[in-house]
Amino acid sequence: MSKFNNNVKSNRGWFITHKWLIIRRISQLSIFALFLLGPLADIWIVKGNLSSSLTLDVLPLTDPYIVIQSVFAGQSLTTIAITGALIVSLFYIIVGGRVYCSWVCPINIATDSASWLRKKLNIKSSSLFPRNSRYWLLAITFLMALTTGTLSWELINPVTLVQRGIIYGLWMSAFILIIIFLFDLFISRDAWCGHICPVGAFYSLFGKAGLVRVSAHYRDNCDDCMDCFVVCPEEQVIKPALRGADKNISPVIKEINCTNCGRCIDVCDKHVFKFTHRFNHSTITKNSLDQESLQ
Amino acid sequence: MPKSTSQTNTARRRFLTETARTVCGVSLVGLGLGFYTHNAQSLPATSLRPPGALGEDEFLAACIRCGMCVRDCPYDILKLADIVDQAATGTPFFEAREIPCEMCEDIPCVVACPTNALDKSLTDINNARMGLAVLIDQETCLNFQGLRCDVCHRVCPLINEAITLEPQHNMRSGKHAKFIPVVHSDKCTGCGKCERACVLEEAAIKVLPINLAKGELGAHYRWGWKEKQKAGESLVTPDIEHQYNLPEGLQYDHGGEGLKKE
Repeated sequence: MSKFNNNVKSNRGWFITHKWLIIRRISQLSIFALFLLGPLADIWIVKGNLSSSLTLDVLPLTDPYIVIQSVFAGQSLTTIAITGALIVSLFYIIVGGRVYCSWVCPINIATDSASWLRKKLNIKSSSLFPRNSRYWLLAITFLMALTTGTLSWELINPVTLVQRGIIYGLWMSAFILIIIFLFDLFISRDAWCGHICPVGAFYSLFGKAGLVRVSAHYRDNCDDCMDCFVVCPEEQVIKPALRGADKNISPVIKEINCTNCGRCIDVCDKHVFKFTHRFNHSTITKNSLDQESLQ
Repeated sequence: MPKSTSQTNTARRRFLTETARTVCGVSLVGLGLGFYTHNAQSLPATSLRPPGALGEDEFLAACIRCGMCVRDCPYDILKLADIVDQAATGTPFFEAREIPCEMCEDIPCVVACPTNALDKSLTDINNARMGLAVLIDQETCLNFQGLRCDVCHRVCPLINEAITLEPQHNMRSGKHAKFIPVVHSDKCTGCGKCERACVLEEAAIKVLPINLAKGELGAHYRWGWKEKQKAGESLVTPDIEHQYNLPEGLQYDHGGEGLKKE
């Protein structure tokens, strides 16, 4: 099994095999650059942070997760908070829930790096937590809001702490990013984003309807190199779509924890994966292949 | 036992163990979080909330830690609590001694708040109650020693309303007046200008959270003289004119000449 990740030596260029990764990093960094443009350069395009923000003084965006916690804590909602939360919810229903994780959240950069370094340093320890821990924790955060009557989880939520820390220059809060990185690197594989984080668990629920999906549309061409499984932060999502041809399972990855990060598309030399929408169940086979459909 | 059954058993056992482990782990996290929440909810007395903030318990449930109030504060007074600060993580506060509230007429922090954490019904900044100034140390306050410092009175945005100077006899010199700064809770907004301006090394006048600063009468308490005024007459035993038992031929004129012969 150990030789799977050696297959990455592709004759396609570095940029091609990292295309979606680069686009994602640009997305993550530019979102934070927009938030920092105000305090640093006095250009106020976006105000606030990812809990709630106002873009160009008109567009309110509010994190539905924190809003729901607030409701559990017994608070009534304002029109602006509901509007903001609905816009955000709608957006993630269209692009896929956990796009928040892979295209927006800065913690993803740390955990991806830890995962990459883990493979480089050949650190073998497995995960200490089951994948569904995050849903239990999600339930607990709502329960805590209900029982304490306050935003209990937000006192320690590393996701909002780090985001707020970066945007408002609260360095002790931002420092948590390093702790998560080290934890993922040395203690437990893909621990935070892949197993524990209730924020990701919350956003994954939008994935039930997520319109933008990855499809293993050319699964016929798969040579079992396992590169996609190695690079995927949620490797359990691939198998049904990739190996489901015999059982007549759709090639579209419908598992809600697929983050639409596109790394499988990047690394696959056989052009098995592509971004499409959830209702596009079409596949191509080696026989029907013509060069145009590859592009 | 057929093989498939034993496999099912193993799978079931693994599932049960794993679920039990997760539930235990997550419950422990919840428990720890509960204790931490309990401790983290006490706001230090020197940290003041922005104008219009709900009571602390409700505020902590309604504030979603977005920092919009911080961004819209034109004087950069508000800041968000870092994880090492004593105020709840990510919530806005200011310290009067460092930089007090400028009491903007349009109250931009309240306008910016996307939730109810800063009450939108606050439209007149003079109705804000961020805290209450208390002249907490009479032993060091210069005015209490009979000096004319008056700085807290002078800087008060509601001068002669929220802080007045009340003359008192100076017993030390025997012939001067002391001008005692007195804070009036029906006017003081808790902006903190007085605490900031206090000339002492450590301010003698401090803005405290209202629940710390104010006493509260028992609900059954009545001020006799107010009730009397309202009713037009004494509601308890009526006042009797005082009788002096003086020797024959003497009279006492109260508030006038004093002892006098008839």
